[in-house]
Amino acid sequence: MPELTYAGAVNAALRRCLEELPETLLYGEDVAKPGGVHGVTRKLWKDFGDRVFDTPISESAILGSAVGAAMLGRRPIVEIMWADFFLVALDQLVNQAANVRYVSGGRLAAPLTVRTQQGNSPGACAQHSQNLEALFTHIPGLRVVVPSTPQNAYDSMLSAVHCDDPVVVFDNRTLYFGEKQEVDTSAAPAPIGGSTVRRTGSAATVVTWGAITHRVLEAADRLAADGIEVTVLETPWLNPFDHDAVHASVARTGGRLAVVHEANVTGGFGGEVVVRALEAGVLSARPVRIGAADGRIPAAPALAAELLPGTDRIETELRTLARD
Amino acid sequence: MTEDRLEADLAAMWRIRAFEEKLQALHKSGELIGSVHLCIGQEAAPVGACTELVDGDALFATYRGHGWALAKGTPTRELFAELLGRATGVNGGRGGSAYFSAPEYGFYGENSIVGAGASHAVGAALAGKHDGSGRIAMAVFGDGAMNQGAVGEAMNFAAAFDLPVLFVCENNRYSELTPINDMVRNDQLTERATALGIPATRIDGNDPARVRSTVAGYAAEARNGGGPAFVELITQRLVGHYIGDVQQYRTRAELEADGLVEPLAVATSALAGSGVDTDAIEGRARAEIEAAAEQALADPFADPDTAKEHLYA
Repeated sequence: MPELTYAGAVNAALRRCLEELPETLLYGEDVAKPGGVHGVTRKLWKDFGDRVFDTPISESAILGSAVGAAMLGRRPIVEIMWADFFLVALDQLVNQAANVRYVSGGRLAAPLTVRTQQGNSPGACAQHSQNLEALFTHIPGLRVVVPSTPQNAYDSMLSAVHCDDPVVVFDNRTLYFGEKQEVDTSAAPAPIGGSTVRRTGSAATVVTWGAITHRVLEAADRLAADGIEVTVLETPWLNPFDHDAVHASVARTGGRLAVVHEANVTGGFGGEVVVRALEAGVLSARPVRIGAADGRIPAAPALAAELLPGTDRIETELRTLARD
Repeated sequence: MTEDRLEADLAAMWRIRAFEEKLQALHKSGELIGSVHLCIGQEAAPVGACTELVDGDALFATYRGHGWALAKGTPTRELFAELLGRATGVNGGRGGSAYFSAPEYGFYGENSIVGAGASHAVGAALAGKHDGSGRIAMAVFGDGAMNQGAVGEAMNFAAAFDLPVLFVCENNRYSELTPINDMVRNDQLTERATALGIPATRIDGNDPARVRSTVAGYAAEARNGGGPAFVELITQRLVGHYIGDVQQYRTRAELEADGLVEPLAVATSALAGSGVDTDAIEGRARAEIEAAAEQALADPFADPDTAKEHLYA
C-alpha cells in the first residue's frame, strides 16, 4: 500500500476517478497548472488534458456549470478554494443542484462533487476560518462528508464521485501535509455513509468529524492514562448520518454522549446528533456539545485559540461527562 | 415560401398565446393556483429561435418559459397537467408553472431564480465538448437578469473557453415590475457581451423570421467552434409580470402601443390579403389547447404518497 499524506490521498483518489470514469471533469480556481493553492490537485492536468482545467474566479459559474454538465451526463468534480467562498454562490448548490433530481421526478440528476476545505489555521482571517458543514446538512438533496485521515479522504472522495447526487467534501487544510500513512488504494468504491469507531471505552461516547477528531483522540488518550476510557466514534458522513451507530454506542456507554466539532455550537450539526439521541431515548446523562464559541474568528492565533475547542478543553469537558 | 413560413409561425405563436390565455382562465376559475408568469406578447422569440435547435441541443429558460417549452415540442396536455398538479405532468406536478423541465424534448428547465440557468447552459455546452455530441446550448433570460452577477460570470466563463452557448436576452423593458432603463446607465445591453468578447446583436424580437435568421447564424458559428453569442430581442409583455400584477407602473397608452407591435398582430397584418385564413389558424390553436386542458383537468392529481420520492438516487 502506498504511503500518502492526506493531500496525496485526495490526489490519488482524484486520479483514479479521472482514470476509471471518463465522464469526470476536474476544475476550479488554480486547480490545473498551479496544482491548487494547497497543492492537492498537482499534476493531474498533465495526464488528463482538457478534462482538468483552471477557471475564472467565478464560484457561481463553477458550481452552475457543474450542475449543467451533470444534468447532461458528465460527472464534474469542482473545487471551491475555501468553504467561505461558497457563500457567494450558494444558489447553485441549494436552489439548483439540490433540486434537480427531486423536481424532475428523477428524469434529471446532478452527480457532482464539490471539493472544498475549511476551518481555522493559525493567522487565517475571519473569512478564511469558518466551519460551514451545518449549512449544508440543512439542505435536503445534498450529501456532506468531512474526512480526517488520508484513508478516510481517499475513500470519501471515491464514494463522493461515484455517488449520483451532489456531494460536498470538506477537507481541512491543516491536515493536507501531515504525516504519511499507508492508504489502501485498491478497494472498490464504497457506498456513501458509515462511521468508524476510533477507540472503545465504556465511560462515554464521543462523536466527532473532521480535523478536530485528532484533538478528540488526544484528549481521549489523556483520559485513558487516568483510567477513563471513552468510545470515539468518527462520523465523517454527516449526510447520510449514521445515527444508528451513535445510538448503539451511547447505549453501551451509560447513556453518555458528547459531540465535538470545530464549528460554533449554535446551529451546529452536534445539536442534531444530540436531539436524535434524545428522541431515541438512549441518553441517561446531560449531553455535551463542544464547539467553537459563537463568534467571529480573529486572525491573531492567540485570540483564535481562545475561541476554538482545544485538546485541554475537550479533555476537561469529557472528564466531567464521564463522572456524571 | 416566406408566407408559408409566416403562416406556420403564426400558428405556433397562436398555440402559445392560446395556452397562456387558457391559463388566465384556469387561474380565474381557481383550478390553477400559485405563481404564474405569462409570455403573452413575447411569442415570437421561442417560435423563431427553437427551430434552430436540433436533437441533442439543450435549452434553459426562465419562469416565463411555457412558450419555450411548447416551441421545443413539449406536449400541451403534459404541460397543462404539470401546472395543474397532475400526476401526468412533465414532472408529476413537482415543478409547477415556474420550475418544470422536459429533458425528453431538449428543454432542461425553467428556473425561478433570475439568471441562474445561464451557467447551466454553459455546463451543458461544456459537457458537449467532452461527450462528442457537438451540442450547443441556449440560455434564455430577461433584461432583469443582465443585472445578476451570475449571468456575467456565465457569459465570461463561456467566452473564456469558447463554449457554444447562445445567450438570448428577451428584453421586454421590465425587470419584473421596474423599467430596465431605470436600472442601468448604459441601455445597450449587447455591449456587456461585446465587452467580454462575445459577438452580440440587438434585433426586433417580435419578428420570428428575424429571430430565426439571427439565431441560425450564431448557431452555425457555435457549431463550428465559434464560441458563444448574445442576442437581445426587443419585445414586450402584454400582461403583468405574474397573473395578478395590476401593472400600476404602466400607462394605458403604453399598453395600447405595445398591442400594435406585438408579434401576433404584426404577423396577422402581414398575412392580410395573402389568402391565409388567420382566424382559422387561431381557431385551430384554441381548439387544440381547449382539448389538452380538458384532458389534463381529467387526469389524476399527483399521489401524495409519492411526495418523498426522488430526493436521492
